[in-house]
Amino acid sequence: MQPSARTSTFPRLAFRPGRSRERSSRPFLRFVLRRFGALILLALGITVVAFVLTSVVPGDPAAANLGQQAINDPAAVAAFNHHYGLDKPLPEQYGIYLWHLLHGDLGQSEQNHDAVTHDLSQAIPATAELALFSIFVAVIVGMSLGVLAAVRRNKATDHVLRVVSLGGVSMPTFWIALVALYVFFFRLNWLPGTGRLDAVVLPPPHHTGLYTLDALLSGQWGTFTNAFRHLVLPGCVLAAYNIGLLTRYTRSAVLEVISNDYVRAARAKGLPARIVVPRHVLRAALPGIVTVIGLAFANVMTGSVLVEYVFSWPGIGQYAFHSATTLDLPAIMGVSLFVAVVYVVVNFLVDVLYGVLDARLRVQ
Amino acid sequence: MTAGAPAPSAPIRLRLWQRRRPLSRAVGLRHPLTLVGLTIAGAWIVIAIFAPWIAPYDPVTDTTLPALHAPSWHYLFGTDELGRDVLSRTLFGARTTIPLGLLLVGVSLLIGSTLGAIAGYFGGPIDGLVMRLTDLVFAFPAIILAMVTTAALGRGIQNAVIALIVVSWPSYARVVRGLVRQLSQSEYVLSARLLGASARRALVRDVLPNVAGPVLVLATLDLGNAILLLSGLSFLGLGPQPPKPEWGLSVAEGVNYFQYWWVGTFPGLAIFTVVLAFNFLGDSLRDRLDPQSSWSRGGDD
Amino acid sequence: MALLDVEGLRVRLPTRAGEVTIVDGVDYHVGEGEVFGVAGESGSGKTISVLALMQLLPEGARVEGRALYAGRDLLALRGRALRQVRGRDVAMVFQDPLTSLHPMLTIGRQLTEHLRVHEGVARGAADRRAVELLEEVRIPDPEKALHGFAHQFSGGMRQRIAIAIALACRPKLLIADEPTTALDVTVQAGILRLLDRLRRENGLSVILITHDLGVMSSIADHVSVFYAGRIVESGPTRELLAHPRHPYTRALLDALPHPESEGGAELVAIPGAPPTPRRRPDGCAFHPRCPYAREDCLVDVPPLVPVSDGRLLACPPDPFASA
Repeated sequence: MQPSARTSTFPRLAFRPGRSRERSSRPFLRFVLRRFGALILLALGITVVAFVLTSVVPGDPAAANLGQQAINDPAAVAAFNHHYGLDKPLPEQYGIYLWHLLHGDLGQSEQNHDAVTHDLSQAIPATAELALFSIFVAVIVGMSLGVLAAVRRNKATDHVLRVVSLGGVSMPTFWIALVALYVFFFRLNWLPGTGRLDAVVLPPPHHTGLYTLDALLSGQWGTFTNAFRHLVLPGCVLAAYNIGLLTRYTRSAVLEVISNDYVRAARAKGLPARIVVPRHVLRAALPGIVTVIGLAFANVMTGSVLVEYVFSWPGIGQYAFHSATTLDLPAIMGVSLFVAVVYVVVNFLVDVLYGVLDARLRVQ
Repeated sequence: MTAGAPAPSAPIRLRLWQRRRPLSRAVGLRHPLTLVGLTIAGAWIVIAIFAPWIAPYDPVTDTTLPALHAPSWHYLFGTDELGRDVLSRTLFGARTTIPLGLLLVGVSLLIGSTLGAIAGYFGGPIDGLVMRLTDLVFAFPAIILAMVTTAALGRGIQNAVIALIVVSWPSYARVVRGLVRQLSQSEYVLSARLLGASARRALVRDVLPNVAGPVLVLATLDLGNAILLLSGLSFLGLGPQPPKPEWGLSVAEGVNYFQYWWVGTFPGLAIFTVVLAFNFLGDSLRDRLDPQSSWSRGGDD
Repeated sequence: MALLDVEGLRVRLPTRAGEVTIVDGVDYHVGEGEVFGVAGESGSGKTISVLALMQLLPEGARVEGRALYAGRDLLALRGRALRQVRGRDVAMVFQDPLTSLHPMLTIGRQLTEHLRVHEGVARGAADRRAVELLEEVRIPDPEKALHGFAHQFSGGMRQRIAIAIALACRPKLLIADEPTTALDVTVQAGILRLLDRLRRENGLSVILITHDLGVMSSIADHVSVFYAGRIVESGPTRELLAHPRHPYTRALLDALPHPESEGGAELVAIPGAPPTPRRRPDGCAFHPRCPYAREDCLVDVPPLVPVSDGRLLACPPDPFASA
């Protein structure tokens, strides 16, 4: 179809046909690469901080590891120090540390003499399962409440939800864990208390380390139910804070979008609410909400230390606490590094997701 | 089409004046959230001050009561495993936690705001440095960083507070830096400087008062957060040590004796109510001073 | 025969300081195939009055009066009936196409979604219709444009797209709220010509809101002048603009710079400013700024009455009657 010759005052062509796909991939790629570069730099900085923190810790690693021997046998101490490079200057120690890191070696735990990476690989799936479940619950509940509050703005529901949201972020996680444990386990016995599985139940065959997922993959329904029931209480307790957070921020993101002309234009076209809210409102509000979901991840990692303690959940939180209180340096470094990197990666993913959701960042 | 509007009046003074009047109205009785928050917070502050006179027993030395006794007329909140009155321990707990929280917020605010203001005002490499620092601190979840720091420095109150200061100052730095940057480039500051005001004068008279509002909101909300972090750390045993009557510690005891629900529930309830009060206050302050992120006018047209 | 009959339209909006009457008793008729111009400054209530027709007012708004369209009162419609009128019988184009087009949905989606809801058209057929619509509004390479996003187009193109979206279901009445205000002057003419052509080709009626009398004169058949929530004068465009009879209209026209006036001549401004909706004066709202005000102007709200063929005037003193 040719543009008609009648229109001599034809507006200048601003949209380039044909090459749109190629052109659109470049700005986004550049965006992603830039964020990735920032991630690498940050990760490096984190290793420095982790290293510095643990070199500041008072105490002699040789004495801690060798015990009695350290006092009697200076040669053994010297050998120990030489082996671990502790007699070299700090920057060189950092270099060695970084070298080991890049080879996936995080050192040995001073407590149990296992490789830190081994300990982490045991603990990570447990926390991952808890975290994913908790985030899932928080997002579903928090976003629904937030949309509800936005739609019923300034009515009674909205005010109640405001108090609920403030309540959610005010509750001490460890206290709620205790209360939940008492009420749902001790009193009502609806849900199990501690651990990931009942003592008599065997863990499912290992695929991912997430018991629920592994049980499903192996068709072990009984194990799945058991693992899931153990997951509910700590998961929901961990979600409480994030529900409060997400309610608030979903509400404000939705309200900001709802007052925009394009929502009004959508209603002016006669579209019903069941189309306008998900397709027009939520879609536009999602980038803002996704940022908060990134924050929610950080909260989950913080909260997991407390929740895993109360529920005896063998995850990263417990590991971190244990290594911090026993001054297990390699373990502390390993955990700090891991946690910080996860956080940074999550932020990176959030940024990328932001770009995916908002076409304006992506195309031309 | 019609004659222009009357000439604009001095924008700077108008802004300050407009801010002060609504503040006094907000604190008035129109907002139940403010009222509830103030009442509860006020009550706890009174308790913190007068605990020695209000509490029926000594929280540390009176260990002669029947242990793990359920709440009753004698012991309103019951007793713990060492025969101490939970009510007294809860009341005295305010004397530890609330001042520590205030201290924590105060110092973080000072350090963070100063760094943030410098970064925002001077920009360039200083700004970059401060921002990288905040990024680094933000990358570590608060508890992990605090745990590592207390591990490095040893357990106890001072080190817990230091650890938490390290974790908390970046929020203030970020907020203040953003505001200062925005304001120092705003038209009225620029015009004030064109009219001859010195850089320092512009900073003090025009920039700072407009920064105070959001910072106050942040500080109030942060107070709640600080108390949560503090009690979290002491729950893990990394803060004030026993036998100090600290709330987090008491809840930790409660976990060990969780069948005796009163041991951990009441101290935890105390934490909840205090934090809730400060969050209520902070939220209603946010309505007044930072309408963009407030609840009642959030996303307004 | 009038397509739209508005009677006694009154709109009140809640504000922090209480309820405010924005539109204060407005009556007009829009004929078939007619471009009905609504002129007035910001705050005069023109946008609110048309938003009321589509029931797109903010929450808490109170509306009185009737708006009869094909025998039904638009203001009384609810739910499904209302949604069927919107987009299908009556459509709207907003002022700023950058904000009235969804930034994250493709143009194609925005063109077809209401088409599919109102007429149950299948996806392929809807896309073909969309391409035809884009051709009607002269968007180049319409097939590619379907997959584009709003920010990839220039202002003028976006407004054309918005018009295409509005006309997708072939409504009989199009409300255009300042359709050219956000655009460059050079692009404005193109949009107006487009509206005019579409009107002629489809038998469309248009309610055109603008504060720009130049725009009004180019395509409006009929003009109503809004001031402070009321209509003060209305009539056929050419006649009204050549011989305005309300002091406000006259002052508006006098304020326009004239290309043939002497160099150095001062621009004439109307002294004072239009009243805010909260502080409208008693009687005739214009009286504080009117050099012809009489005593009764301060007390009685002047009624909008016919003064000659097709012309209505709300000014008892009628100082320019002989003109």
